[in-house]
Amino acid sequence: MALQALIETWKDAIYDPAFEMVEQWKEKTGRKAVGYFPVYSPVEILHAAGLLPVAIFGAGNRLEITNADSRFGSFICSIAKSTMELGLQHRLDLFSGMLFHSICDTARNLAFLFKRNFHPQLFVEYIHLPQNNSTDAAVDYLTSEYKRVAKNMADLAGREFRTENLEKSILLYNNNRRCMRRLYYALRSDAPHLLSTSDFYLLGRAGCILPPEEHSLIVSNVIEELSKNQSKTRDRIRVVLEGSFCEQPPLELLAVLEDAGCYVVNDDLLLGLRWFEQDLEFNHDPFRSLARSYLHDSCYSSVRHDCLTSRSDMLLEKVRKSRADAVIFCIAKFCEPAYFDYVLFKNKLDENNIPHLLVEFEEKMRTFEKARTEVETFVESILFD
Amino acid sequence: MQQQNERQTYQGLMHRVQKKLMVRWYNELDAATETGHPAVYLMVSGNCVELLRAFDVLPVYPEINALQLAIRNKSLPALLKSEELGYATDNCGYVKADIGANSLGDKATLGTRLPKPALILCNYVGCNTYVKWFEHLAALTGAPLYVLDIPFMRQETASPEDVQYVVRQLEEIIKLLEKITGKKLDIENLKEHLKRARTAEDLWCEVRNFSKHRPAPYDAYFDNTTMMGPLYVYRGMQECIDFFEVAKKEFQERARQGLGAVSPEKFRIVVEGPPPYPYFRKFRDMLAHWGACAVASTYSTVGGIWEFGFRHDSNNPLYSIAEHMISQNLANRSFLQRYEQIDRYIEEYSADALLIHSVKSCRLFSAGQGDMREYFFRQREVPTLFVESDLEDPRYFSAAQMQNRIDAFFESLEHQKLYKSHPTLSSGGPR
Repeated sequence: MALQALIETWKDAIYDPAFEMVEQWKEKTGRKAVGYFPVYSPVEILHAAGLLPVAIFGAGNRLEITNADSRFGSFICSIAKSTMELGLQHRLDLFSGMLFHSICDTARNLAFLFKRNFHPQLFVEYIHLPQNNSTDAAVDYLTSEYKRVAKNMADLAGREFRTENLEKSILLYNNNRRCMRRLYYALRSDAPHLLSTSDFYLLGRAGCILPPEEHSLIVSNVIEELSKNQSKTRDRIRVVLEGSFCEQPPLELLAVLEDAGCYVVNDDLLLGLRWFEQDLEFNHDPFRSLARSYLHDSCYSSVRHDCLTSRSDMLLEKVRKSRADAVIFCIAKFCEPAYFDYVLFKNKLDENNIPHLLVEFEEKMRTFEKARTEVETFVESILFD
Repeated sequence: MQQQNERQTYQGLMHRVQKKLMVRWYNELDAATETGHPAVYLMVSGNCVELLRAFDVLPVYPEINALQLAIRNKSLPALLKSEELGYATDNCGYVKADIGANSLGDKATLGTRLPKPALILCNYVGCNTYVKWFEHLAALTGAPLYVLDIPFMRQETASPEDVQYVVRQLEEIIKLLEKITGKKLDIENLKEHLKRARTAEDLWCEVRNFSKHRPAPYDAYFDNTTMMGPLYVYRGMQECIDFFEVAKKEFQERARQGLGAVSPEKFRIVVEGPPPYPYFRKFRDMLAHWGACAVASTYSTVGGIWEFGFRHDSNNPLYSIAEHMISQNLANRSFLQRYEQIDRYIEEYSADALLIHSVKSCRLFSAGQGDMREYFFRQREVPTLFVESDLEDPRYFSAAQMQNRIDAFFESLEHQKLYKSHPTLSSGGPR
């Protein structure tokens, strides 16, 4: 199938509030699926337990919110509301469980609302991810936390949890992340003109519903196919997109950024798919390796405190490494962690004379003209500087 | 109902002693800017202040600084300043006011100076914004930051691994404090602080119990908030015990005389959520106008829940501090544990209704409070009022709208009471 046609198929599957592709997988394998909320989900554990991990990024703009608004009140991000709405409309009934993590106050409360409204039909699990990576005690703690969750997930799957399965899953995901890294560095950063931002995004996002082995294969094929392409770059600025680590911007907004003159050469979209910058190594205890990797090797984001390096410095490094001209902060409305970080990030960029622009989005955003004008003006100010 | 035109007087001896203690603390902080007496920034929720006091280190609470600005109607300039610096309109007002005040200068806002922190100790207890706040303060002041990570209560009880993790971090903090102060931890001194904390916790619980009286001799939302100051600033010290002795004596006497915090007491309510500090008095008046008295509140337990039995234990200093930080404070407990807590309050304090004050700033409190209303109103059949404003930002308090909501709720509650108490009406009256 031609790449465009393939991408169109995924697009429907990715944004399908009925999760038909997951349903098909369940029928085919006779196994259970578990949803997980962003950002840093130990999918290896779910996979090793014999479950299909499926990222739940809310419902985009495909679902009318009829009940969830009143459960949350004002000032709450759309992803929390649309995820709740998926549950209230019984669209998550095909999942056996749902996994949440300590990424922010809203996500945490959402987990417990899920527990009240949907547990035990939908098994709800919550992981407390440590915010102190300066101490070895955190590795011990997180290892025990992962083991606790693994036990629960295996119970859910109706089987014993086998450590050797975890080792295999880690290898599979290592491969998948390697593919994603290649996609980001070989293609996205070095030849951004070969694949549009939205297609690139959909290609990555397919990994949120496909088993890792299938996704790795697709990504590898696409990279190989596109490498043969000889098209030329356009006169656009290279930007790093920052702030969309949890709620995802509408696809149309990604297209607008590009149309308005940006090559997105790096971003924090779908961060959970590639949260380790290098392969995860393990010796005798794969749980411990997972824990150590979260604490020391995971990509920075606004929901993980790093005691050892400042996130502002890491953003700067990202900009330099990807040879970006500017940063576009693409932040979901009411996303408190991203908005707090914005201030420190902005100061750091100003100190280093790196231009930046803030674009706010919502899942239900319908008009993009304001964003287009802002980005166009921003791009022109850089191109004709 | 009969209008109560005269303004209620709420201030008693407890309030005056509280004010003196808080002024004293701010003066100590001011003096520390000259003497260099070590000060450590930390958060109110489930903290280890006893450990700091055992090292003779002064605690600084950015949350208390922020609420002081709000209650004195001084938060708006600080909020505007922080927005000028790039902070978003909808971010936590506490953080914004604190950072804004820091930029404008403490003397310009609080009236006294704050010492530079020797350590920024972020006790990450439930609230993710705490981590952000302290990261920003560390960036502003250049002081070292230690994030004391507290595993959230995702199960019914804290696991041994959770406790062990916190204890090991506390041991690291002890080393940091030893370095800052140049002296070794005197474990006996820490134990003494924990013993005194325990006595104060006993007294706090005794005081809390007085609101089970009818009428309640004090308001367990507004007056409890006042009592939270000494409880968190002076816990582990004799001053805290003395303060609660005063409060106990005062409320015991009021209970004996049958004096209520509002008179006549018509409705006993449980309040969930922090108060609207910029309109603290106004909000209280709006409720008092209907004879509504808070008999229990969740906000007053952010720093610790002692009424269900927990006490600091001097025989197990670090373990008991860890336990307090993990499982014995509202901030680090799950949303559903909060439902249980409110359920218990409604039952044990014979409450007629639940008031949910949802604040824009604090998502730890507010994200999901609509579901809480759903649970109490539909499942538990507790009359529930849900109102929104903020704990810091006066721009989010609409007095007329708030008044309307409160009036409509209590008017309807009054009618319900009337029907229930009147057999003819209850059988044939309109519904």
